[in-house]
Amino acid sequence: MSEMILDINDLKVVYKTDLETVKAVNSINLKIGKGKTLGLVGETGAGKTTTALSIMRLLPERTGKILEGSIEFDGKNLLDLLEEDMRKIRGDKIAMVFQDPMSSLNPVMTVGEQIGESILLHNEGLSKEEVDKLVEQKLSMVGILPSRKIEYPHQFSGGMKQRVVIAMALACEPELLIADEPTTALDVTIQAQVLMMIKELRDSHGTSMLMITHDLGIVAKVCDDVAVMYAGEIVESGTVEDIFLGANHHPYTEGLFGSIPNLVSKERRLTPILGLMPDPTNLPEGCVFAPRCKKRMEICTKVHPESTVLGTHELRCHLFNKDIEKEMEVKDGN
Amino acid sequence: MVNMTSVETEKDTFKKQSQFKEIWRRFKKNKGAVIGLIILAAILLVLIFAGAVVSYDMVAEQNLSGKLASPSGEHLFGTDAYGRDVFARVIYGGRTSLGIAVLATISSCIVGSALGAIAGYFGGKVDSIISRSLDIFMSIPDILFTMAVVFALGANFKNLLIALTLAYFTNYVKLVRSQVLNLADLEYVEAAKAGGASSARIIMSHIIPNAMGVIIVNTTLNVSKIILYESTLSFLGLGMPPPAPEWGLMLAEAREFMRTAPHLLIFPAGAIVLTACSINLMGDGLRDALDPHLKS
Amino acid sequence: MYKYVIKRLLFLIPTVLGVIFIIYFVMGMTPGDPARALLGASAPQADVDALNHELGYDLPFLQKYVNYVKNIIVNRDFGTSYFTKQSVFDEIWPRYIVTLKLAFSGVFLSAIIGVPLGIYAAVKQYSLADTIPSMFAFFFAAIPAFVLGMILLFIFSLKLNWLPSYGLDSWKSYIMPIITIAIPPAAQNMRFTKSSMLESIRQDYVRTARAKGAPENIVIWKHTLKNALLPVITNIGLSLGVQIAGAVVAEKLFSIPGIGSLIVDRITYKDEPVIIAGTILISICFTLVMLIVDIIYAYVDPRIKSKYAS
Repeated sequence: MSEMILDINDLKVVYKTDLETVKAVNSINLKIGKGKTLGLVGETGAGKTTTALSIMRLLPERTGKILEGSIEFDGKNLLDLLEEDMRKIRGDKIAMVFQDPMSSLNPVMTVGEQIGESILLHNEGLSKEEVDKLVEQKLSMVGILPSRKIEYPHQFSGGMKQRVVIAMALACEPELLIADEPTTALDVTIQAQVLMMIKELRDSHGTSMLMITHDLGIVAKVCDDVAVMYAGEIVESGTVEDIFLGANHHPYTEGLFGSIPNLVSKERRLTPILGLMPDPTNLPEGCVFAPRCKKRMEICTKVHPESTVLGTHELRCHLFNKDIEKEMEVKDGN
Repeated sequence: MVNMTSVETEKDTFKKQSQFKEIWRRFKKNKGAVIGLIILAAILLVLIFAGAVVSYDMVAEQNLSGKLASPSGEHLFGTDAYGRDVFARVIYGGRTSLGIAVLATISSCIVGSALGAIAGYFGGKVDSIISRSLDIFMSIPDILFTMAVVFALGANFKNLLIALTLAYFTNYVKLVRSQVLNLADLEYVEAAKAGGASSARIIMSHIIPNAMGVIIVNTTLNVSKIILYESTLSFLGLGMPPPAPEWGLMLAEAREFMRTAPHLLIFPAGAIVLTACSINLMGDGLRDALDPHLKS
Repeated sequence: MYKYVIKRLLFLIPTVLGVIFIIYFVMGMTPGDPARALLGASAPQADVDALNHELGYDLPFLQKYVNYVKNIIVNRDFGTSYFTKQSVFDEIWPRYIVTLKLAFSGVFLSAIIGVPLGIYAAVKQYSLADTIPSMFAFFFAAIPAFVLGMILLFIFSLKLNWLPSYGLDSWKSYIMPIITIAIPPAAQNMRFTKSSMLESIRQDYVRTARAKGAPENIVIWKHTLKNALLPVITNIGLSLGVQIAGAVVAEKLFSIPGIGSLIVDRITYKDEPVIIAGTILISICFTLVMLIVDIIYAYVDPRIKSKYAS
């Protein structure tokens, strides 16, 4: 097994306000191999962005709290680091691309200045000319004319803006790139272009990537491994082959695949997953997916399922729990 | 064809009820706002039932031998240069000040909102004319314009009201216009148009209710601004003419005697500041309650 | 960029003409006529009529307006004061300068006090550095300028005798008036700057800056500040209107010979020409300042600058 660039264990994150506590992430385990891309899939509100922000330690100061767990990056637990050391890692070793390019760039600074800032923050000794050259290099890398470095964000289209953001993120050649739905806000035709570009850059730099998305198509094109997230938990994970071609699936994953419209076959009706994700301030007992699950059993509403491991494929569901009968006995016994 | 409006109003009412509760809950959490509300309510009670507290005759009753007296049991706030009871004058002055302020706010709100809604909704030439005229109008500092109006028409209650309305309606025009421009694009307005609703109906039942929040907050804060403005005018001799009991006027009269009779300065000034503060507290609280994002 | 400036300057002309029109129109509603005012109540009617005709009083309104404007532009003549029978312009001009000095000092002072406090309060939100100035700002927003002036007068002139209570004899005479004019707008500046900063800090690009590993002080000074200050510039320009009102009050209160106190005094004497001229001059100044603020804003905000770049 190749080395892990990122190893998350038992991560628990909540948002605490005066009124309530939102359980955003509940004891998840995630591993990303060096040079590999992990796709984190799930609906809006599943906890994907929270996970990403936790890795970067950019949770909102007053409300976001990491309660438990460890996030090991290249062997070091990020949660143990001092803020100033964490800052050295941000942008340099781990970089993040956010969802909305329209608002991610500072409107009163030129794109050249913003990319240059990334570089200067982590390479203090460089001269102005050296930084300029690097900026131009990064811009051409993402397919933008280097002479446009003096322009302001509003002079670029949505797709171009996102390219600038990506150039900024990759400016210091980070080891891990976290991309939070990087193409969701873009037009469909541009999506494909930007995705291709991300893929090429990743391949040429050997960057590991955490690709957060709700689009299974993107997962198929870009990812090596997949983790499916629901209501703050990872309900299924494995390689891309496990998830797309494997025989066993978590009912939620089945639901996700079933919800995709099929351009080719005309007969199949869309089978959406009925219901909504549970309220994160009031999670149900037992399995979080049970209220919406078609294959729900009695045990599902009572006991929180353990993870079943089948090689590289992990499932958190009572259906695959071999000891299910044993558990039922134990429960009845009490 | 289904009668869309009646179905919609039922849902709207339900939404509004729970919205109100939510807004009220957020408002209550803000201690300052609640204090403001309580003080304001107390002030209003005193002003409305002024007759029970002190009789109106005291306002004009002169007693030259007892003039410029310090506060005492008989005259809670002392007496002024003509021996009149300052307490009574402050209270009845409150009626005048608050009364004019509320009326002027309402009229400027109506005039300004109407113009703003028309400009925003119809756009094009209508909008251009209204906006350009407004720009020219706003090039004249408020106070000079008010002075000109009062000069031309004479200083009395009605004219003061007109002058104040003219000074403050511009606030609303810009506000409502931008709200309308934002909302007019929304789909449900298109749907209403497609369903055959007339322009006036769309403005009244769709756009204005949504702009309400901003209008209410601004109106509340404007009342306090107008109270300050109106007392300034009276101070300059451009407001209510003497011998009306009016806070600004009382302060103007107090100027001569400040050194020996500071109570003439303290009580009317205190009344103005207290009223304005409580309205502002409430207004700020309303603003935060209507848009919690602004807070943190 | 020049196109924008030229366009705005050209717009200035119809704006000023419009302003003069409005003022002239409003004042036209005043009862009475100029000849009667100039000659007095006892003058014979024939003389009054003759003078009115000479002054052009019986002409249609628009004609009067045009004549008035022509007089201003060509002759720098704003008419004759009903009260002093002197040239209005000669009387007004020195007082105009005094008022301008006061008002602009007020703008300057209110910006210097309000903006830094607002920035600091936003950065250190919820701490003492925020709550104390915010409370003061709130309090001062509820005190009208004339009350503030009277309190200052009471403490520093009457009781302590440190500062003169009227006139413009020394630099000391300027202190209380300028403070009276500057404090209420300073409070408003502070609140506005604070909310603009807070709004700016909430933006996504600030999150991006942090994700790049930028230390917090760079996040604030470099990224947030410039964005936050743009609307603040406009706000300061707008506050000139409030400052002018404050100047009028301060001049009356501290007996300072400015244009504000002149207008207020002459209202009692029904001296129309002076009032009209004074109002027009101040409005022109106000319009010019707004124009300058808009142009500065256009230079500073790259979004607008690039729209007009050649």
